[in-house]
Amino acid sequence: MNILDSALSGTYGYLFNIAIIFVKIAVVVGVTMLHVTYATYFERKVIGHMQIRLGPMRVGPHGILQPIADMLKLFFKEDIIPSEADKPVFKIAPVIPIFATLSSLAVVPFFEGFVIADINIGLLYLFAMSSLAAYGVVMAGWASNSKYSFLGGLRSSAQVISYEVAMGLSLVGVMLMAGSLNLSDIVKAQQQYWHGMFLIPQFLAYFVFMVAAFAETNRTPFDLPEAESELVAGYFVEYSGIRFAWYYAAEYVGMIIMSSIAVLCFWGGWTIPPVIADSIPALKVVPGIVWFLGKVYFHIFLYYWVRATVPRYRYDQLMALGWKVLIPLALANIVVTSIVKYMS
Amino acid sequence: MMKEMTTAATELKTKELTISMGPQHPATHGVLRLVLDLDGETVIKCTPHVGYLHRGTEKLAENRTYISALPLMDRLDYISSMSNDVGYCVAVERLFGIEAPERAKYIRTIMSEMTRISSHIIGVATHALDIGAMTLFLYSFRDRELLLDLFEMTCGARLTVSYPRIGGVRNDVSQEFLDKLYDFTEGFPKIIEEQYETLIDQNRIWLQRTKGIGVISAEEAINWGLTGPTLRGSGVPYDVRKYAPYDAYDKVEFDVPVGKNGDVYDRYKCRMEELRQSNKIIRQCIEKLPAGPVMAPDAPKFTLPPKDKVLSDMESLIHQFVLITKGPIAAPEGEIYVATEVPKGELGFYIISDGSGRPYRLRLRAPSFVHVSVLPRLCEGAILPDVIANIGTIDIVLGECDR
Repeated sequence: MNILDSALSGTYGYLFNIAIIFVKIAVVVGVTMLHVTYATYFERKVIGHMQIRLGPMRVGPHGILQPIADMLKLFFKEDIIPSEADKPVFKIAPVIPIFATLSSLAVVPFFEGFVIADINIGLLYLFAMSSLAAYGVVMAGWASNSKYSFLGGLRSSAQVISYEVAMGLSLVGVMLMAGSLNLSDIVKAQQQYWHGMFLIPQFLAYFVFMVAAFAETNRTPFDLPEAESELVAGYFVEYSGIRFAWYYAAEYVGMIIMSSIAVLCFWGGWTIPPVIADSIPALKVVPGIVWFLGKVYFHIFLYYWVRATVPRYRYDQLMALGWKVLIPLALANIVVTSIVKYMS
Repeated sequence: MMKEMTTAATELKTKELTISMGPQHPATHGVLRLVLDLDGETVIKCTPHVGYLHRGTEKLAENRTYISALPLMDRLDYISSMSNDVGYCVAVERLFGIEAPERAKYIRTIMSEMTRISSHIIGVATHALDIGAMTLFLYSFRDRELLLDLFEMTCGARLTVSYPRIGGVRNDVSQEFLDKLYDFTEGFPKIIEEQYETLIDQNRIWLQRTKGIGVISAEEAINWGLTGPTLRGSGVPYDVRKYAPYDAYDKVEFDVPVGKNGDVYDRYKCRMEELRQSNKIIRQCIEKLPAGPVMAPDAPKFTLPPKDKVLSDMESLIHQFVLITKGPIAAPEGEIYVATEVPKGELGFYIISDGSGRPYRLRLRAPSFVHVSVLPRLCEGAILPDVIANIGTIDIVLGECDR
């Protein structure tokens, strides 16, 4: 004990803490990237089964090694840069979304006490990072010097900016109820209710948030920037090999981040509702990470489910939905939440 | 300073963005190329370019006998080859003045309607896929597979069937085929309702993407020469099967579904309803199917004799030899236009005969070609995603369009 105390104080302690942070970062990024590779596999499997087919079956038993094969293939593919492209921007653009989404992981508390940076502005930081990701898309659309990419880039910038507003406003209700922007505090604030989640008082905000999250991550039914039937692949149509993979990975990390925010802000994060925990005490020994991941997996499944079910919105309809439906709903939610909070 | 800025603003030139959609593009159903002038996402001008799949079918047919020109017709609208073959055979039979036996007529009707189902489900499914509804596409391919298996069971081919013959069909259908088809028709209306329509029929996004899009009035639709479900969506109940019945269509009961608004949604609804009507026709045909021969027995100068007779009978051997090498030499001189209702619309055959065994001229009135010409009318003023919806709704196959 004494050794540990002395190790944790002074210069060595400082270095030790930094080392711990690096280990945490490595673990979080590693685990997330593993999730990303297998999220693609499960997407193909889940949608495959929904569509009465099998999905990947060839690489390994039930295609379990398919994502590894895909990764290897993407790594070794030729990196094509169009001769007319703006080369520096073209090269920087794919790094931005993956950088921004992976950075967002820093403030996500995966279970009690495990968070890389326990900062007080966690939620704001997440918004900042997800807005930053849009630059990668816009830059790619512009730098590719292709009309299809350009249209995809324009659509995406308009879409991400408008849905950013709805998403930010939807979480204001949560901030008001929790009285904090720190994600760990938001989770703890939910424990004071018998149901242990903001989902019930903030169901409107949850709905707005989820719709905005689908738009933010460019997933069906809001996958306009990459609408394959119109724009072929949208903003990354000119990208190949590993640069293409960065965009793809960023989309999936984005999905995981959005699911994590939904879980932390509305579903009680790593906790389970007190009413359940009290009635079945045995559940208390289950580590928090299990609950957290379970809830995140459910949200990711939701993404797949929606993708297999609905068609795609038109660009102007998407804008109308964002500005005329979601933002007023989110504002109404803020007003109601404020009044309720003021009254009590 | 202020003045400078205003002049700069007035001198700032804007110009439409021209994009070339196709010939390699996921939504153009083959090799259609559209040159679109866009102002933002609004289409100012739409110019279709066709001909990437031109194979000279009409010219090729001039150099082949009537009998050997049949396989060319398979390759017009390659997802409904059976209907094209039936149309061709009906046209040539009218020219020759021969009649297929009753049983063959019923079998052809069954085959045409099976083709209509498989073509319409693909049409609707790819249309839905373009709008983003992916699952319907795979559901419909499952059901199309059953129909293709049935084709295979009868004639050995799934896509380019060449099954109908001038004066009948190549061979009789088996009882197993009829049983399996009947089973299919039992379950199919339920599949339409529970699987296809559940996914998109009342889906908010689908309604927003299709209602009020690509509107064309009844009068305009007639003026553009539209046929098939593309015309009926505008409320014109024109169907060749009703107006000029061929094969067994005058002996079965069916309705011609029409739309009201002439938009993408109504055309989609028409196709869905036609699936049910086709199903109904198939059931009636199976129930009424008469016994008898499947090739016209009294037309030795026009139709190939049965194989066992060729091997045993001198006359038949000679007929076979002449028919294969020179074609039906007793073909009367003259010209004829015969229209049939294929899934896409009215497929017309205009044949000029000079009395030889080969058509002097064979002109095809391909519905897809006419429908492509209406695309600029539908797309101009619309926005880019509607172009995709419009391409899907006119349900074209470029093999038929380019011929």
